[in-house]
Formats: sequence, C-alpha cells, structure tokens
Amino acid sequence: MGFEHDSPLVRDADETNERRPGTPRRGTGFLDEPPTLRTTPSATVGPYLAIGLTWPDGADAVAPGTAGEVWLRGTVRDGNGDVVPDAVVETWQADPDGRFAHPGDPRGSASTPGFRGFGRSATPGGEFAVRTLKPGPVPDGEGGLQAPHVDVSVFARGLLDRVVTRIYFADEAEANAADPVLSALPEDRRRTLVARRTEDGYRLDINLQGDAETVFFAV
Amino acid sequence: MTGTTSRLVLPRYLREEDGHRTPVASDGYRSTALRAPLRTPVDLPHRLTEVTGPVLGEDRVTPGDADLTLRAGGEAQGQRIIVFGRVLDSGGRPVPGALLEIWQANAAGRYRHVVDNWPAPLDPHFDGLGRVVTDSLGRYEFTTIKPGAYPWGNHHNAWRPAHIHFSLFGQAFTQRLVTQMYFPDDPLFGQDPIFNAIPPAARHRAVAGFDLGRTQPDWALAFEWDIVLRGTDQTPFETDDDGDVA
Ligand SMILES: [Fe+2]
Repeated sequence: MGFEHDSPLVRDADETNERRPGTPRRGTGFLDEPPTLRTTPSATVGPYLAIGLTWPDGADAVAPGTAGEVWLRGTVRDGNGDVVPDAVVETWQADPDGRFAHPGDPRGSASTPGFRGFGRSATPGGEFAVRTLKPGPVPDGEGGLQAPHVDVSVFARGLLDRVVTRIYFADEAEANAADPVLSALPEDRRRTLVARRTEDGYRLDINLQGDAETVFFAV
Repeated sequence: MTGTTSRLVLPRYLREEDGHRTPVASDGYRSTALRAPLRTPVDLPHRLTEVTGPVLGEDRVTPGDADLTLRAGGEAQGQRIIVFGRVLDSGGRPVPGALLEIWQANAAGRYRHVVDNWPAPLDPHFDGLGRVVTDSLGRYEFTTIKPGAYPWGNHHNAWRPAHIHFSLFGQAFTQRLVTQMYFPDDPLFGQDPIFNAIPPAARHRAVAGFDLGRTQPDWALAFEWDIVLRGTDQTPFETDDDGDVA
C-alpha cells in the first residue's frame, strides 16, 4: 500500500532509510539536536472558560443536516460521582473514510462536505454533546488499522492540564479487538472507552476518578 | 518488509520533562482533589489522530476581536495594554496561522460570567473575550486592559494574581494548550496555588515581560509573552538528499 507524497507529515521509509529512535540519520530530515526551547506550562481553564471558549457552532464537528449525523453524548463525573457542570469537552476524529480534515493527512484531507472533525461542548448538567459522523478506521502507521475512534480532551476547573481519552464504538467489536491501543489495555478497563449505541448516536460517560475511572492517556 | 514498501513515518511530538510542566493535580489547589484522575495515564503513541488537529484560523476571528478595549460602543475602564509575542514550537520554529483564544477579568477583577458575583463592578464596555491568529512569523498581538486580581474560595483570603487565560491549538491534537499569562513581579504569586503548581523551573515562562520599547507613547503599556508549544522530533518540511519533498 502506498501513500501520496504531498503530506507535510509523512515520508516513505524503507529498510535502508529507516529511523531508529535516538539515531537520527543524515538526509532523513530528522533533527540532530534536542529541542531548543522549553514549552509553556499549562494552567487550568478555571470556572469562567465559557467566556473564551464558546462558539455558536462549537458542537458541530459536522454541519447540521449532514446525512449520517450522530450525537456523541456523555456525562462527566468527579470522584464523588457528582456531575461536572463546568467542563469543556473537545473531540477530534477522522471522517467516515478514515481521513482527517487536516493538510497533513497522507491520503489527502477529508473530503466529506461539511466535515470539520473537531467538536467542542460545554457540560451543562455534566453532559456534553457533539454532532458528528461516525469515523472510519484509521491507518496505524504500521500497515494495520486502528478501530474507529475519537480523541477527546477534557478541560475543567480543578484540572491543571487537560486530560485526554478516546471514544470507541461498541458496534465495532471486531475492529476494537484488533485495535492496538484498546487491546493493550486490561480487559476490564477497555469498557471505559467504548460508547454504546443510543437512539440518536452514541453515549460514553467520562469518570475523572473512582472505580470506573476512565482510561486517560499521556500523549 | 521489502525495500520500497511505503509506511507512515509520522512526526512524534516531544513530551516536556516532568520538572518543566504543570501536573494535572496539586495539593494546594483544592478542586483538583475530586477531579484530577488518580490512575497513571497510559502512554498513547502518536499516530494520525494525534499528529493532525483542527485547522482553525481567520474564519474564527472578526476584526474587533484583537482589541478588547472597545465593546458595546464605548471604551473599557482600566490600564490600556498591548500584549504581544510569538508562538513557537520547542524546536524554535514559528507556528503561523494559529488561533489564540483569550479571556480575562476586567480592571476590577470581575468576569462577565454568571457565577462570578463578588462585589466588584462590571464594566459595560468590557466583555473579556479576544481572539487573534498568528501571522506568517508566528507573531500575535492584541490590545486590552490590565485585568485586576480577584478573590476566590480556595483558602482563607485567597487571591488570584492578575492573569489572562490563553487557549491555543497549534497544528496538531498533541500541541493543544490552555494556560494563563501572568504579569511581572505580582505580589500575589506567593500565595497562589495555581501559579505555584507550575514547577519552579518553569514558572518564569508563565510570566510576561514589560517592554518599554513597545509601549505606545500617550496610549498603552506593552507586555511581551512568547508561547512555546511542543515540537516534533523531525522537521516535517525538510527535503531529502535527493531533493524530494519528504
Ligand atoms: Fe481567571
């Protein structure tokens, strides 16, 4: 399988020109030097995030009325099981063809009309809701496929940095079983990432703490 | 694998060392106790979903968004300031076309928000919302008023140092950053658990510098703040020896 070469993110690799971690090679475009600047430290969004992070079309990862639209919903809860009414949940995902609305996608940017792939929802009553299309499978970079998934960031008062998780789909059992991220998790933890079908889409609650604490990722 | 088989070789975004980045939880900031996850996060290798991200730029910004001092037909009260700087990645490369969303309290330290009702006045000509996009060199600039400090309930007599909230996307999911910019020499730093949750070695990177040279005479003071997002372990736009765009 080949990829087009016009992506700024991707290059071909073959046996003689393969990168091994920590061994940058001349001519491969890898940096020989460590980063020169330290990153800016994160901070909490605080309680007033709605002032800065509210968009009229925030929830629309796809334009309203698009064929196949579904709502991704869920409730964010804290360690007491209480809802978190002042968070913001952001989602990022591929379109049904498994392509991203981003110039770096090696197969070309997503071409689904009205598809942004990014959703942002406040959590009134603890609940987020994003209008989107179910993503397709996405290449894993090693010749295989990742199961359809959505990357999720949660920001809130009481979180000094975002926390990151993923949403998978219960009706993709076969793809989920083969997914490199999901299958690497202990079986009893996987279900915290798998959304179930509802009348208008899919639902997955996010538990910041507790026995059913969601699997969060370090990216 | 055969010699010419294509495979994805994606950039990896470098992760800052623990001693230089803010932890999710901090004992002094009480709200973290029930909200910050308690389990160790699972490493997520960077694949396509993580090295792409929303493309948000000028379409998210309207002309007045870079000047927060003019709202509802009048001028905001307070010390007028210019906040400017560059958005770079940790490799030192500018991040052009990047959306910055900012929000802040007014000069009296009050947010225009339903849950902020401490006895400080609202300003009819200040809503505290700004948006700008970096130029081709990664530069940004906006005009606002210096926000006031404000009290909060974290501990007895707790006050937040003056700050401006910043939200940035960069060019990849992995680069997403929400943070706060502080002003130099704030006497409230010592008692603020949010500022002090930043590891000591990194705190200065959250503080803007006063720049007399960029101050506009008879108009506004100026503060400079560069923002550094995570960079990659390779330069995605470099060419190979044979001249192909990689
Ligand atoms: Fe604030």
